[in-house]
Parts: sequence; C-alpha cells; structure tokens
Amino acid sequence: MQLTRKEVQKVATLARLHLTAEEEEHLTEELDAILRYMERLNQVDTSRVEPFTHAVDVVNAFREDKVTNHPNAEALLANAPDTDHTFFKVPKIIE
Amino acid sequence: MNPAVLTLHDAGEKLRKHELSSQELTLAAFQRISETDEKIHAYITLCRDAALEQAKQADERLKRGGNPPPLLGIPIALKDIFVTEGVLTTCGSKILGNFVPPYDGTAVKKLKERGAVIVGKTNMDEFAMGSSTENSALAVTRNPWNLERVPGGSSGGSAAAVAADQCVAAFGTDTGGSIRQPAAFCGVVGLKPTYGRVSRYGIIAFASSMDQVGPITKDVRDCALMLEAIAGHDPADSTSADRSVPLYRQALTGDIKGLRVGVPKEYFITGIAPEVEQAVRDAIRLLVKNGAVVEEISLPHTEYAVAVYYIVATAEASSNLARYDGMRFGHRAGGKDLLETYMLSREEGFGPEVKRRIMLGTYALSAGYYDAFYLKAQGVRALIKRDFDAAFQRCDAIVTPTAPTTAFKIGEKIADPLQMYLSDIYTISVNLAGLPALSLPCGFDADGMPIGLQIIGKQFDEATILRLAYTYEQATEWHRRKPSL
Repeated sequence: MQLTRKEVQKVATLARLHLTAEEEEHLTEELDAILRYMERLNQVDTSRVEPFTHAVDVVNAFREDKVTNHPNAEALLANAPDTDHTFFKVPKIIE
Repeated sequence: MNPAVLTLHDAGEKLRKHELSSQELTLAAFQRISETDEKIHAYITLCRDAALEQAKQADERLKRGGNPPPLLGIPIALKDIFVTEGVLTTCGSKILGNFVPPYDGTAVKKLKERGAVIVGKTNMDEFAMGSSTENSALAVTRNPWNLERVPGGSSGGSAAAVAADQCVAAFGTDTGGSIRQPAAFCGVVGLKPTYGRVSRYGIIAFASSMDQVGPITKDVRDCALMLEAIAGHDPADSTSADRSVPLYRQALTGDIKGLRVGVPKEYFITGIAPEVEQAVRDAIRLLVKNGAVVEEISLPHTEYAVAVYYIVATAEASSNLARYDGMRFGHRAGGKDLLETYMLSREEGFGPEVKRRIMLGTYALSAGYYDAFYLKAQGVRALIKRDFDAAFQRCDAIVTPTAPTTAFKIGEKIADPLQMYLSDIYTISVNLAGLPALSLPCGFDADGMPIGLQIIGKQFDEATILRLAYTYEQATEWHRRKPSL
C-alpha cells in the first residue's frame, strides 16, 4: 500500500486542516511510513475476538436530570474571538 | 535547610507542628523557581499572588489545628492541561494561547478544598502528544539532570519541576506513558491510576478511553497521599468508577512477603539499553530479597502495542480536537468563508505533531479504512488486555523498565516520529488495558541520568504497586539524589 498525496489532501479536508505544499509533502512521506509500520497488525488473527470497547466494566451511568452548572456568561464570552453584546460573532453559516 | 527540598509528608509534618509556615514553604518554591527556571523552563504560567494568598489561608487553617488534610499548605504544580478558573490554560498549544477557563476541573476543585497551594502551570507537549515536551508551542523544557537532555513527556514540565524542587509535588496526565516516562527521565516517582480512578472532568481531552490524571512526587509516600486527595467517583465524569477510595498510605507497610511479581519476557529483548536492563534486574533481585516471589510471564501481543495505540489514540484525538474551530474560544484566523476560517484557524493554531496525529486519526476513521485500521486495532487491543488478564492469574504485579533508555538529547528524535513513538513501548500497553502503573527511580546510567522501574498492577489495585514501590524505596537511596543546578 502506498499513501498518495491526493489521499492526504482528502483527509486534510475531512479534518478541516489547511496544509501548505511543504506540509503535504512531509505528511505524505511520514504517514506512509507510520501506516506501513501499522500493517504488522495484519499478522494477528482477530476473527474470533470482540473488539475492545471499554477498559473497565461500567453499565449505564444514571443521574438525576438537573442543572448543575451555572455558566458565567461574561467569563465564557471573554474567551470568544469575536462577540456582539452577549452573542458569539461567527462567520456567515447559511448562504 | 532550604524547605524547597522537602517531601510532601515531611513538609506536612513541619506545617502541622508549626515548625514551618505554608507561606515560608511557598516562598521557598518561588525562590527556587526564580533561581532555576531560566535554565529549565518547567513552567508556562506562575500564580504567585494567588498562591501566597492560598498559603496565608492555609496557615490560618493550620493554626486552628484539628486534623488538617495532608495537602494543606503544600505548594503543588499542575500540568497546563488542567482547566483552572481564571488562570491561563494553554495545553501547550497556540490554539489555546489565551484561553482563560471559566471553571475548575474536579481534581483542581478537590485540591483547593484540601487547601493545596497552586504554584503554577507546567509545560507539556501540545495536547499531551509527545514523549519529550519538545512539541510544546511555548517553550523547550530541559532535564534538571542534564540541560542538553529532554525531561520526557508529555508531562515534562511537572516532572522537571518536582526534580528541581520548584514545587513539593505535581500532577500530570498519562495517556500512553506521559506521567511515568518523564518521572523516569527526571528521577522522580510518577503514578498513572486505573482508568476511571480519577475524574477526567476539566482535563483537556486527548484520547478519552485512556487519559488519566496522576501524581508526580519526590517519593512513594507522597504519591499515595496525592492519589488519595484526587481519587474517587465524580458524577461529572460518567467513566469515573463508583468505588470507594482506600487510604493508600496504609498500603505502605514495607511487607511484601509472598507477593508474586511477574516479569514479562517480551520486555527484555531488542532496543533496551544494557544499563537500564541491569538496573531493572537488580531491582527485581532486591524485591526477591525482601520476600517477593518472581514469576516469568508472557505478554505475547506486546510487539503490536505501539501500532494499536497510535491508531486508537489518534482516532480519538481527531474527534476530540474537532472542537477547536475558532468559533467560541481559541485562535481564529481570518478566512473568506466559514470553511476557510476553520481550516486556517487550525492550520495556524496546531503544531506539526498535533496535525500529524489528527491526520492519522482521521485517516483511520475514514470510509474504507475504518475496518482495516480502527476496528483491527480494537481487536488487537482486546488481545493485549487478555494477555494481562492471563498474567494476573499468576502474579500480583508486573515489574518492567519504564522506558528502554534514559533521557535522550533534545532534538535527537524529533525529526523521526516513529522513533519517538517507539520510546513509549513499555508504557502504552498499560493505558490500552486501563491498568494502574507507577515509575520510581532504580539507578543511574554512566552519564548520571536516572533510570525508572515500572510496576504495573491489577485494575483498582494501586495499593499493591504502592506497597512494592515503597518497600523497594526503603531499601535504596536513589530517590534521595538531587540534580546539581
């Protein structure tokens, strides 16, 4: 298997990452080497094993449905890149 | 004597006997930081004013007497992955370069309730992704034992701060070895608890099926006291275990007679430095001399652990880090539309290793590759867990090296990600299986760099690994050595 630059571009778009041409080239090479290393997993027969789901046996964790957090709107908005009064200001989402 | 060098239990005793005040102890830590941190760069943010205020309040509580909690008045450092109300929390990333959280995570809340003094936030690999702290977007942390070497990672700042006496003790997080490996590289004690033992609420997420909070300390007793303070069920983290928390300090009996210690043959083959192997073999002999019984065991799927880990952890990371979109918090870049804003914000905000892992994880989860990579990895992960279950039928704890080598040089592995990943070989299986494990000093190599011994326990049996570690520590002097700075 050989990872192509086109596949890297496709994955970058899925991951919402803009990559420079140089980054694309590096990543194609590096990810290819890492994925080749991972091919060793094909040596293991997993046909009779249930895939792992959780380290510790837990059943559904139920709790009362009540409000426990009381967010401080001012502190939350203080972290926003852009605000308008008490709103988060974001780029246009619907054309 | 400079109070900065004290262990937590010694400092605590002096505080309770009023031989020392928390304010003196806290000032000593800050004095030490101002003398040494220009060289080491363990801290990202210092909380001097708040810490001195917390120390003052602790002194008032200590004056009232009663039965004060062990952490009261003790200066503690936190990895910059802990969400702290009103204190800059970067997670080592540019994307959170000016993030000031509006709340405290559960561990931080518990520490404050118990009267601990928060000295500051320590450096780390960006989003805890790395084994050397070189992936921090903010600073390069240096190993106090040799400034040309890495402190390990990702909790490198916390381990270096403890080793350099810049705090009495610290907390880190461990997803694939990020507490144990830096503890080994810096000659201190580090414990990763069982998955679910400590709440993850308010810990910035990397790989949610493996992330755990744990202490980095100057000795094993401190480690037990620190774990007691933060362990336990938390309704805000549905994966935290609803089990009672033992008094871990009661496990420190010094008696390990008849305890069965497993030594996995797969951990002593290729790539291990001869001096590391020698030190670990000597440590095993010392445990036997103190009454433990050695069993050779086998963990046959060990050679696949690195591959499994870097599929599962990156897959989880790619989902967890999707939240950094530049909308409600974190860095936002200017783009011509929404999509370009997302893509440029993430391009500018994330460093190379984080991008590499997001790409790898997105690939492993994408259509056409999910079965071949993600599902396959979870299948092998189940077999790794099964290996441990079988081994623990024959032994009570497993003893291994923490890392195949001592601390490597800054810049040595950063250009080769796969080499860097392979340095986690002894620690990552533990996270894949959700087990507790501790690293403590067991010697030094010819260059004077510390070597770490790893003790792995059964799920929720931190008490046994603390008992073994304490017995070993009582019989040795390694933990008393200090770097000259």
